[in-house]
Amino acid sequence: MVTGADFPQLASAVEEAGESQIDVWDLARNVIARDKVYYHGHPVAAVAAVSNEVAQAALGKIRVDYEPLPPVMSLDAAIKDGAPVLHDDQFTQGLEETPKQPSNVATVIRLGQGDLQSGFADAAVVVEREFTTPTVHQGYIEPHAVVADCRENDRATLWCCTQGPFVVRTLTTKVLGWDVSRLKVVPSEIGGGFGGKTTVYLEPLAVMLSRKADRPVKMVMSRDEVFRASGPTSASRIRIKMGADADGRLIAAEADLKYEAGAFKGSPIMPGCMCVFVSYQIPNIGITGYDIVVNKPKVAAYRAPGAPMAAFATESVIDEIARRLEMDPIELRLKNAVHEGVRAIYGPKFPAIGFVQTLEAARAHPHYSAPLGPNQGRGVAAGFWFNVGMSSTATINVQEDGTATVITASPDIGGSRASMALIAAEELGIDYERVNALVGDTESAGYCDVTGGSRTTFATGMAVIQAARGLVDQLKARAAKKWGVDLELVEWRDGAAVPLDGGTQGELAPLSFTELARSAAHTGGPLSSSASLTAQGAGAGFGVHLCDVEIDPETGKVDVVRYTAIQDAGKAVHRSYVEGQLQGGAVQGIGWALNEEYVYDDAGVMQNAGFLDYRMPVALDLPMIDTAIVEVPNPSHPYGVRGVGETPIVPPLAAVGNAVFDATQVRFCDLPLSPSRVFEGLSG
Amino acid sequence: MSKYHVTTTVNGQSVEFLCTPTQALSEVLREELDMIGTKEGCTTGDCGACSVLLDGRLVCACLVLGTEAEGRSIETIEGVAQPHQMHPLQTKFLEHAALQCGVCTPGYIVAAKALLEVNPDPSEEEVRYWLAGNLCRCTGYDKIVRAVLDAAAEMRGAAQ
Repeated sequence: MVTGADFPQLASAVEEAGESQIDVWDLARNVIARDKVYYHGHPVAAVAAVSNEVAQAALGKIRVDYEPLPPVMSLDAAIKDGAPVLHDDQFTQGLEETPKQPSNVATVIRLGQGDLQSGFADAAVVVEREFTTPTVHQGYIEPHAVVADCRENDRATLWCCTQGPFVVRTLTTKVLGWDVSRLKVVPSEIGGGFGGKTTVYLEPLAVMLSRKADRPVKMVMSRDEVFRASGPTSASRIRIKMGADADGRLIAAEADLKYEAGAFKGSPIMPGCMCVFVSYQIPNIGITGYDIVVNKPKVAAYRAPGAPMAAFATESVIDEIARRLEMDPIELRLKNAVHEGVRAIYGPKFPAIGFVQTLEAARAHPHYSAPLGPNQGRGVAAGFWFNVGMSSTATINVQEDGTATVITASPDIGGSRASMALIAAEELGIDYERVNALVGDTESAGYCDVTGGSRTTFATGMAVIQAARGLVDQLKARAAKKWGVDLELVEWRDGAAVPLDGGTQGELAPLSFTELARSAAHTGGPLSSSASLTAQGAGAGFGVHLCDVEIDPETGKVDVVRYTAIQDAGKAVHRSYVEGQLQGGAVQGIGWALNEEYVYDDAGVMQNAGFLDYRMPVALDLPMIDTAIVEVPNPSHPYGVRGVGETPIVPPLAAVGNAVFDATQVRFCDLPLSPSRVFEGLSG
Repeated sequence: MSKYHVTTTVNGQSVEFLCTPTQALSEVLREELDMIGTKEGCTTGDCGACSVLLDGRLVCACLVLGTEAEGRSIETIEGVAQPHQMHPLQTKFLEHAALQCGVCTPGYIVAAKALLEVNPDPSEEEVRYWLAGNLCRCTGYDKIVRAVLDAAAEMRGAAQ
C-alpha cells in the first residue's frame, strides 16, 4: 500500500507539460492527497494485490478519518464573501498589490488596448450578455491504464496510454523525486485523449507500488474514476459587452472571464483571454480573466483549452449584433475579420491566415442558402486556435528490401502515423506502402513533446521532412560514389538517383531507392537519417461552422439536422483524417452545447459519473457532418501545413446556440441546451 | 475465490478456461484467453467497445459473466477476418478512415456485422439506430456510418 506519506514533499515549481503548465507540487498532491482531500475522487491510498478482488477487499479495510468541510462547487460560491478557502497559502496573483488574505482566486489576468469608454460611446449598437458553460469531460473511450515494473534496482519501466511518453517521464519522475533517466516510458496504443492524457494520475502510484511490492503492478481506472478523478475542463462564467457602429464595424469589446481550475490553480484562463476577441479587429478592448479553484478534479487540457467557452460568448454576441443591424452574420464577420499583417491582441502580427477565405467559403457553401423547415433555425459561428510547434525528433531507417521505417515518439491519436508515412513517401519518392511508421519509447526514440496543440503533423511532420531530405542527400552521395561522378551531377527524382546533364548520363541508368538500399553495406554502410527541431511558426487555424437545428416545441428537445464545418488546414496531408478531425471536433462541441455536464449534489459528489448519465452524442443523435477544407498555406512549413485538430471544437457551442435562437427567437446563454432548459425558456 | 472451469466455443474453436464467479466475459477474453481485440471502455454496458456475439446475439461482453459462456458460442473481433482476408467492413473502415484512435473500432465492426446479418440493406437511420449503443468520441460518426453503408452495398453486390 502507498499513501501520500510515501512520496516526497516538493517545492512549488512550474513545469511545461505540453500546451499547459503544471505546478509539480500541485500535481504531486493531485496524484495522491496529503493532509487534505480536495474533491470527491481525490486518491488517498493505493493498494496492490495478487488479484483485483484481493485489492478491493484490502481497500475496504482501510479506515480514513475525514473531517468534512463545506465544499465550494461553483464560481459564484468560490468568490462570494466568506467563502471557504481551499488553500490557505494561495494569494491572488496578477493584481498590482498581492492581497494579504488567501483567496480562491489564483490569478487575475488583464489584457487590453485603446479606450473602452469612448469606444462604447461611439457605438450605434451595444450588446451585453452573460454566459455560463458547465464542467465537461474529454470523454475518451479508453480509460487511463498503466503497468509499472520497478524490479530492476532503481530503475522503472512504465507502459501507459499517453499523448506524450516524454512528458509522462518528466512529470512522474518529478512526483517521485527521481532523475528522468531512471524511468523508461513506453507509450501503448492510445484510445483517445483530447488533451486529457497529457498529465499523470496513476503513473507515480504504480511505480511506487511496484517498488514496494517488487512485482510489476497494473492499474486501470474505472469509467467512474475517469469522470471523478481525471480531466475535465473548466466550467465558465463569461460576461461580454460588444459595440459596433451602424456599418457593422466592431469598435469596442469588453470581457470578464471566470474559469474553474478544479482543486488546484491552472485553468486555461490565459488562452481564453487571448482568444476571446482574437478573430476580429477591434480598436478598443478590455479583458479580465480569473483563475478560480473549486472542489472539483483539477482540470486537464481539452482540445483548444479555454477557447470554446470564450467563442460561445463572443460569437453569440456577434450574432445578436448582426441581427440588431439586420446584417448577414457572415458579412458582419468579414467586415471585422483579422487577416495577414493585423496585430493580434496577444502580441505578434498574423502571417498568412485563412479566416477571410474560410468565411467566404462558408457563405458560398450550398448549406448557407438552403431552405429551412418548420421549427428549424440556422446558426453560424467562427473559431480560432493558435496551434503550437514545440520539439520533435524523427528517425528514418532504410531496410535492405527498399522499405523505410519512420520512428518518432509522437503517439498516434488520430492517424498521425499515416501522415508521417505519407510525408516520408513524398520526400523519398517511394510508394506509401513501403513506409512503416512507428511510435517509439523514451529510450529508443528521440525527444518529442506531446501529441497535442495540433502540432504532430506540423512539427513532427517537419522533422520527418528534414530527416527524409538528409536521407536523400545520403542516397545521392551513394549514387555519386557508385558512378564515380561529382555529387552536384546527381539529382533525386521519383525515388531514384538520376545523373544530370554534363555527367555521363548517357551511359548510366538511374539507381532506384531499392537498389541503393540493397547495396548500402557496400557504399558506406546502413542508411539512416535523423532530424530534431523546435518548430517555429505554427500557423493559426480558423474555422467557420454552419448548424441547422430543429426544435420540438412540445419537449424542448434540440436536434441538429444539418451541420457543415469549414476550416483552413493550410495544406491537408491526409484529407480523410483532416475531415475526421473537423467532424469529431464538431460533434464534441455539439455534445458540449446540448447534452454534457457534470451534475453534483450538495456534498460535492458527482451524480452522473458514467456514460449512461453523462450523455455524450451517439450516432442516432446526429446527421452527417459535412466538411470543406480551405487551404491557405502556412508560410513557416515546407508544404504549408497548419494544425487542424483543435479548432473544430471552438465554433460549435455558438453555432448551435445561434441556430436555436434563429428557430425560437430566444437567446439561451447557459449550456447545455437540455430539453428541460429549452422548454422552460420557450415557456417564457 | 474458487474458480470455475468453463468450456465454450470462441470463433468456432472449442476453448476451456478458469474464471472466478465475478469475472466478466470481457475480462476473461482479454486476461485469460489473450484476445485483446475486445476493448473495455466502461464495464457498465454503456460504450459498446466490448461488443461480441453470444449465440448470434449482439451483447456487451462486460455485462456477461465468464461462467455464463459455458456451452455457448462466442464470436469476437478476432473471428471477423478470414486468414489473410479482411471482412468488407474492415476494408471499408480503412478506406473511409472511419477510425482515429481505433479503440471503439472492434466493437463497431462486430456490431455492424451483426446488423448486416439481419438487415443487409439498412438505411442511414437504421445504421445510426443500431450503432447507437457504441460510443465513438473521435469521428463524429459520419465516416463510420458511411463505411457501414458502403460495406453493405458491396456485400449485397457480391451476394448477387
